[in-house]
Order: sequence, then structure tokens, then C-alpha cells
Amino acid sequence: MADSKENLTIHINEAWCKGCGICIAFCPKKVLGFNENGKVTMLDRENCIKCGMCQMRCPDFAIFLGGKE
Amino acid sequence: MNHPLAEGFFRMEKLPHIWCPGCGHGIIMASIARAIDKLGLDKDKVCIVSGIGCSSRAPGYMDFNTLHTTHGRALAFATGVKLANPELEVIVIAGDGDLSAIGGNHLIHAARRNIGLTTICFNNNIYGMTGGQYSPTTPTSEKGTTAPYGNIDKPFDITQLAIGAGATYAAKTTAYHVPQMDKLMEAAIAHKGFSLVEAISICPTYYGRKNKKGSAVDMMNFLKDSFIDHKVAEKLPPEKKEGKFLIGEFLNKVEPEYTEQYDKIIAQLKK
Repeated sequence: MADSKENLTIHINEAWCKGCGICIAFCPKKVLGFNENGKVTMLDRENCIKCGMCQMRCPDFAIFLGGKE
Repeated sequence: MNHPLAEGFFRMEKLPHIWCPGCGHGIIMASIARAIDKLGLDKDKVCIVSGIGCSSRAPGYMDFNTLHTTHGRALAFATGVKLANPELEVIVIAGDGDLSAIGGNHLIHAARRNIGLTTICFNNNIYGMTGGQYSPTTPTSEKGTTAPYGNIDKPFDITQLAIGAGATYAAKTTAYHVPQMDKLMEAAIAHKGFSLVEAISICPTYYGRKNKKGSAVDMMNFLKDSFIDHKVAEKLPPEKKEGKFLIGEFLNKVEPEYTEQYDKIIAQLKK
């Protein structure tokens, strides 16, 4: 599990984000925030534990865990 | 890179969907797709049927056999699909108004027959698409455009209604409780006979604004704080259960399924 998480990172599709803030509010590590467009952005990638809570509750498929590019 | 679930189970060219910012429907729709994925169902053997309303737009986005029908009649069309082709996994997506008001009779009779359909109710307590009229699940004293001084009706409990009408699987969950929702969706789809999952959604635009419920995040926090699993609630002292709503699996039993009974009659007459 640790190994598979190593290769994962949070991806954000800003074009699909509607800025509802649900992922930001329920992130257990509070690593997400709003950018200047009112959309979600990763503020602290180092402290992200890749739990996938944001992906789970995003109504818009705008944030998700995927392979590092 | 694309969202793995969106890419595998949704019509990418139709996304992003048109639901409002913070609408809970997207969370519930994703849960249905995850359950289908987890069960390993053949996409061509799944048929998703809906009526009219915000929630009923879901089949337009979902990449399966889909059928967008008339208001309240999704269960009637789905009954036809299932009888003509019983090996299909037929899933009905309906809003609270669509399912319990316009289609109320279809709901109770589909449940009574125990026909092998899975009904997922996206319950946002309001008619969102038409601008916020109160629905049969709008709580008493809450407001809608058609109840500007507060609703005087008593709301339906759709889960209990389905149980009373003869459903053999019934569960309730919320857009906040996603891990629980995923499990219930899976169990409901796998269930033989009529199954219903009532997923409490949030409508920040109409229900939320009209009733001063705050932002989408505030409404999600309300779901988080106000709903508890009924099995957990059993062990809690009364003061901790006060004002809480119960969720979880309420009924799961085996009874003869309608299309199987129908096929038996056909086989009997062919002898």
C-alpha cells in the first residue's frame, strides 16, 4: 500500500471545478485551498496523505488521485 | 490525465455536468458507478432509467444503456425493460418528487410486486429543476417557493414507504457518508427483488438558500452531524440520539422475484 501511494499524486481538473469547497473543508490534513479563480488548488503537497477523501466527496470529478506524470 | 471513474463509466464529452456548485447529486452518481465497478457488472448488461428532474439528468452522463423517460414514470418504463430482458441489471434514478409524488403509485406497486429493480432516490427535499417548489419530503415548516410561509405538510419517509409497500431491500444514506453509501449501493444492486436506496442529497441553490442553510459545506456538515447509523444509535443513550436521523440498511430479505414468477407461468403453460 505504501508503495502504491508513493506513485500517486492529487490531480486537479480546474475546468470542471465549480468551487463548492467541499473537498477543502473535509480534507483531514487541510492541504487544499482556493486559488485566485475561486477553484481548488493544492497548497501543501508534502503533507497530503493521499487518503482520497477529496476525490470521494467531489461532486464534479474535478479532483482525484492518479499516477505521477 | 483523466479521472479514472469518469473515464471508465461516464460520457466524457457530456462532462462537466450542469448540476449547481455543491449539489450532492454528483457524489451519489459517482457512488452508483463505483458500486457497478466493484460488482464487476458488464456495462452492456446495465440499464439506467430515470424520469424528470435534476437527479434524472444522471443517465445522460452515465455510459451504460440509458433511458430518460417521463415525469414519475421511470419505474413503469423500467418494469417493461426488466420483463422484456430479465438478465439486465436495471437501475432507476429518481428524485424525491419524481419518485414519491408524480410516480408515487409506480413506486408502491413496483415494491409490492418485488420486481428486480434497484431504485436510487436522490432526495434533496425540493423540486430543484423548476425553482424550489416544496416536495413530499420537504420537512414541515421549511420553505419552498410554493410554501413561502413554511410547509404545513408532513414529509414522507421514502425508505419506510418502500418497506410498507413490500420492497425486500431498503436503505438510507447521505451524500456525506460516502463509504456507507458505496456499500449500500452495492448490496442494493446485487439484491434479487425490489431494492431501494434513499440517498439524502443537498441542494444549496434552492432548498439551502430558501431555508438559510448556508453553503454546500454547511449543508454537508449538517448531514455529518445529524445522521447516524441505526445500528450505532441502538447502543447510544437517548440524549445522544435526540434530533438525529437514522440511516443504514433497514431491510434485507428474500422473497420470490416478479420476473422469475412470470417466467415460471410461461414455462408451466408451455408444457
